[in-house]
Amino acid sequence: MAVKLSIRDASFGYGSGDTVWEHINLDVMDGECLCLLGPNGCGKTTLFNCINNSYQLKTGSILLNGKDVRDFGISQLAKTLGIVFQEHSAPFPYTALEVVRMGRTPHLKMFSAPDKRDTEHAYHIMEEMGIAYLAGKRYTHISGGERQLVLIARTLCQEPEMILFDEPTSHLDFKNQAMVLQTVKKLSAKGMTIVMTSHFPNHVWKIGTNVAMLGYSGMVAQGPVEEVMTEANLSKTYGVDVMIYDAVSGSKKTRFCDPNLD
Amino acid sequence: MKEHIAAIPRLASGEVDFRTLEHKPSPVKWILMAVLLAVLFIVSLFLGRYIVMPDDVIKIIGQQIFNLPIQTTWTDSAETVVIRVRLPRAVMAVLIGAGLSMSGASFQGMFQNPLVSPFILGVSAGASFGAAIGLVLELPTAGIQAVSFLFGLAAVGITYFLSHLYQTTPILMLVLSGTVVSAFFQAMLSLIKFVADDEEKLPAITFWLMGSLGNVGLDDIALAAIPLIVCMAALFLIRWKLNVLSMGERESRALGVNNERVKIIVIIATTVIASTSVAFCGIIGWVGQVIPHFCRMLVGPDHKVLIPATMLVGACYLILIDNLCRLFTVTEIPLGILTAVVGAPVFAYLLRKTKGGWN
Repeated sequence: MAVKLSIRDASFGYGSGDTVWEHINLDVMDGECLCLLGPNGCGKTTLFNCINNSYQLKTGSILLNGKDVRDFGISQLAKTLGIVFQEHSAPFPYTALEVVRMGRTPHLKMFSAPDKRDTEHAYHIMEEMGIAYLAGKRYTHISGGERQLVLIARTLCQEPEMILFDEPTSHLDFKNQAMVLQTVKKLSAKGMTIVMTSHFPNHVWKIGTNVAMLGYSGMVAQGPVEEVMTEANLSKTYGVDVMIYDAVSGSKKTRFCDPNLD
Repeated sequence: MKEHIAAIPRLASGEVDFRTLEHKPSPVKWILMAVLLAVLFIVSLFLGRYIVMPDDVIKIIGQQIFNLPIQTTWTDSAETVVIRVRLPRAVMAVLIGAGLSMSGASFQGMFQNPLVSPFILGVSAGASFGAAIGLVLELPTAGIQAVSFLFGLAAVGITYFLSHLYQTTPILMLVLSGTVVSAFFQAMLSLIKFVADDEEKLPAITFWLMGSLGNVGLDDIALAAIPLIVCMAALFLIRWKLNVLSMGERESRALGVNNERVKIIVIIATTVIASTSVAFCGIIGWVGQVIPHFCRMLVGPDHKVLIPATMLVGACYLILIDNLCRLFTVTEIPLGILTAVVGAPVFAYLLRKTKGGWN
């Protein structure tokens, strides 16, 4: 399997201030689903911004398909790498279909607009995701979970080779979290390369093949889920005492972790 | 799930009917807007205090504009009024109305805020200050226009420079810098007014700033038309990218948009349009703010259709207001007053109707 994304000895800091994290090394293989865990403010989103070449690394490099992201053009990068941000409302009431269609942007020239083929492409993706019923609804009037699904559809409309999810389940309710996770899991099953940050370590057992834990200065641990998701690593990453439980319900087995409050 | 699928509109052929899934106004709406503009334009040639017989107006236009072999049956002054006063005035109303409205819609998209006016980066404050300097220095009209235009550009240049951080110009920094630059130039304008001779120059400055199409001549059109049309074309061409930019800079970059390039094109285009309009006609407020709203109710928020709609409706609005100015008042009320007097209540009505939600 080929390496899709490779982060090599990367460090980042704002301006001349302290580094946010340093000496990060991380390889993401083709088809892998990597979950990135870490406490608030450890720099998960900053790492995404560096991968997206919005921020410049202090040292080190980030390679996508073996090529430095700094050598990508903006639209070329968008054709290779899609990012799903946390949903938020829009200032104008575009229809969900119009929002999904915006995913065609990197395939359009500077002064052109999407045509009928692009609209059909966008609709087809919504249909495949099972959200065609949202197509004509106003993006400002649908639920947070539905908006998140629309943003995922928009990213798929970009036809990227790899997708970064930035805490896609934050501030969603229980059902919507499940819906979004299910969608990510399906994408992963289809072979999409995925990196997802999450505030919920339990999501790792649900969808991840690999996991990386980012602490306040650098990587705490990284590797396959079974090896890395230990009480010691989680406790160290979050700075609280974390316990891991195995649970069985009928024929279903699951594993989860919980902070020890005693 | 099933009832949802049934709700998707389909054509008789079974294909999905996209018309209800995207904002795409029917051709009838476009035709109506264009016809309304044509009618208002033609009507404006017949209106004014100097009485020219309607059949004479038609004959003058036929002979002078279309080179038709029509015998001259009218006075020279009638010809002057129609060709040198009313025609340029109508053309300027169309250009400025369309330009300011397109600028407002573009800025509202770019700033992700439906309350923004084309003047937010300080262009009107700068251009007003420039005009005041020109008037105080007793420059010829062309000189006043040039100084005003240049100060409009300079003000926005300063705003852009102030908000430039780490090779980017964040939207919030642009708005804040624009406020600062506006405040500065407004204070400078007040200073000039304070020291200006209050017999002649102070009233001249005040009247200039009220906004009027009354002094526009054919030579003004020759000067103003090219920059206005070029900048409107730029906004027209880049209009779809405004949709993506309006989702936020982070998202639009991830979607492959070169935000800085789009922003600089929009800022230059709107600044040239607004500076030109202040230099030739003074401050014509509210057009750039109200028309985009009205058009969003008419054709929806998609900039692909919103921008051309604001162009047509903005042109209609300004020419209509200018006609009202000429029709209902003996001493012409300055245009800038009437656009606000009509615009503010319309804006208030839209606010109430949309409950502030703009949806």
